[in-house]
Amino acid sequence: MSVLIFTEIDNGALKKSSLEAVYYGSEVAKMKGTTATVLAIGTATDDELAKAGNFGASKVLHANDSRLANGNIQAYSDVLSLAVTQEGAETIILAMSSLGNAVAARVAAKLKASIVSNVTELPDFSNGIKVTRSIYTGKAFAKVEMRGEKQIIAVKKNAISVVESSNLAIVEPFTPTLKESDFAVKVTGTHKASGIVSLPEADLVVSAGRGLKGPENWSIVEDLANALGAATACSKPVSDLDWRPHHEHVGQTGIKVSPNLYIAAGISGAIQHLAGVNSSKVIVVINKDPEAPFFKAADYGIVGDVFDILPRLTKAVKAL
Amino acid sequence: MKILVCVTSVPDTTAKISFTDGDTKFNKAGVTFITGPYDDYALSRAVELKEQTGGTLTVLNVGEVDSEQVIRKCLAIGADDAIRVNCEPKDSYFTAVQIATIAAQEKYDLILMGRESIDYNSGVVHGLVGEMLGIPSLSPIMKLEIDGTTAKMTREIEGGKEDIEANLPLVLGCQEPIAEWKIPNMRGIMTARTKPLRVVEPVGEDMTFTEKYMLPAPKGACKMILAENAEDLIGFLRSEAKVL
Ligand SMILES: Cc1cc2nc3c(=O)[nH]c(=O)nc-3n(C[C@H](O)[C@H](O)[C@H](O)COP(=O)(O)OP(=O)(O)OC[C@H]3O[C@@H](n4cnc5c(N)ncnc54)[C@H](O)[C@@H]3O)c2cc1C
Repeated sequence: MSVLIFTEIDNGALKKSSLEAVYYGSEVAKMKGTTATVLAIGTATDDELAKAGNFGASKVLHANDSRLANGNIQAYSDVLSLAVTQEGAETIILAMSSLGNAVAARVAAKLKASIVSNVTELPDFSNGIKVTRSIYTGKAFAKVEMRGEKQIIAVKKNAISVVESSNLAIVEPFTPTLKESDFAVKVTGTHKASGIVSLPEADLVVSAGRGLKGPENWSIVEDLANALGAATACSKPVSDLDWRPHHEHVGQTGIKVSPNLYIAAGISGAIQHLAGVNSSKVIVVINKDPEAPFFKAADYGIVGDVFDILPRLTKAVKAL
Repeated sequence: MKILVCVTSVPDTTAKISFTDGDTKFNKAGVTFITGPYDDYALSRAVELKEQTGGTLTVLNVGEVDSEQVIRKCLAIGADDAIRVNCEPKDSYFTAVQIATIAAQEKYDLILMGRESIDYNSGVVHGLVGEMLGIPSLSPIMKLEIDGTTAKMTREIEGGKEDIEANLPLVLGCQEPIAEWKIPNMRGIMTARTKPLRVVEPVGEDMTFTEKYMLPAPKGACKMILAENAEDLIGFLRSEAKVL
């Protein structure tokens, strides 16, 4: 009966988006009159995992098989579906991510469950189980009834405001028997930028476009991002031109972000770009063209030259 | 090699989204439909692989009759034949059942599709199909080479990428820069008209039901700050917007 939350571990701790999902799942559990259990796969200490209790979980199942160190889609989906069976869970919650969605999809097929992504609010249990999801890359929403006996809900960042407590969860080892075929896919190399704020997880994002003129000018973007503790992002032409790595590209055909603050410098605000950032809480636009379409989607705007404005903003942040 | 590419027919990225029938139906009036941009990357890579290794390339669309113009375009770009499952793809699970049902009969070596469709953005059909067929599924794939029966791939992960190797058959959700979008040439457009397009009826039923569509609340006015007072922004973000 319990609600099960699939979480991801990064650097020995549960990811921020996963903790949001834990809180969401705990609220769902309250609505259903049951408890929330977390599944955590990978390396982390019990003390760290117990913090899931701050977000409302009563128990954490910890799967810490060394073969599960990489985000292996096949193996993770087997671990999750075995946890669902053990806990008798009906509702499975996770945070949207490229790994989470890929895992949840396979679990939906194993369990014959209804699956809905990009959920932006708590479910409505008044008549069946209904969720609100964002569609058309944030240009609209849909209210969807989940008809399966089991439901999988992938939650969008900032779907819910989290209230933390000081409760701790019980941590139990989870050691399911995995099949050889779960490890048929071999990861032969990992290339990950270290020490940066992860873009999909970030609360603050500083993004820049073709207005920056060339990759050699990105230090003014990075300086502001570092001063704020923000992640950096870019428009599609910037990653197409290889000025910035592809995983920074936001928009309709890139990463969709919904941070608290999105600062766009030298980006025109094409509809495909807006689609990926329009659910940000606050949008700031800096552009030398007062007619740039981005201003229509902005909360704060500055008409000016990025090469003048960005360094001044960095200075102002450092002076706080 | 036998390749299947699954494509969606979606509103053009610049389309204005609106609804009719008491907000229960998408308003198609005045909207141009295109191949899903991610599916288009998958198709482009499939055409290149077919040129390298030979074999066949089939496109599959779960969609109503008006998506045939998108299917013809895929044929013009280089697919050999097409299958359309005649229904409205409203639910990921249902859509995946249609694809898996056909793939189970046809035994493709490689099943490619976009990482997500740009209408529902669910990003789960590749995983559902992989599990239904009992073969690995990987997404989002940004590089794909085939060496005999082994696929060498790069998958985007948060803040980076990983290199992966796996044996065929596989289901892959694709994204850029796996290939450049291809534009059909005149000869392709001519031959596409006579390439086979088989229409089949769906099986099973939806696991979700969309009750109602909604548009976001309109955005309030933008507060303009003069360039000479740019530093004031930081104060506003802290005391007014409360995001710092
Ligand atoms: C199918 C499809 C999908 C797409 N998907 C995406 C997507 O996911 N993400 C995305 O970003 N784009 C996407 N695009 C591309 C999109 O249409 C735009 O071309 C792109 O967003 C423009 O990027 P930009 O704003 O950086 O560049 P530009 O449009 O060239 O704009 C540069 C801006 O910088 C300003 N500027 C120049 N110099 C300065 C200066 N010194 N100071 C201040 N401002 C300055 C200019 O006034 C201008 O507004 C897609 C397009 C298609 C067709």
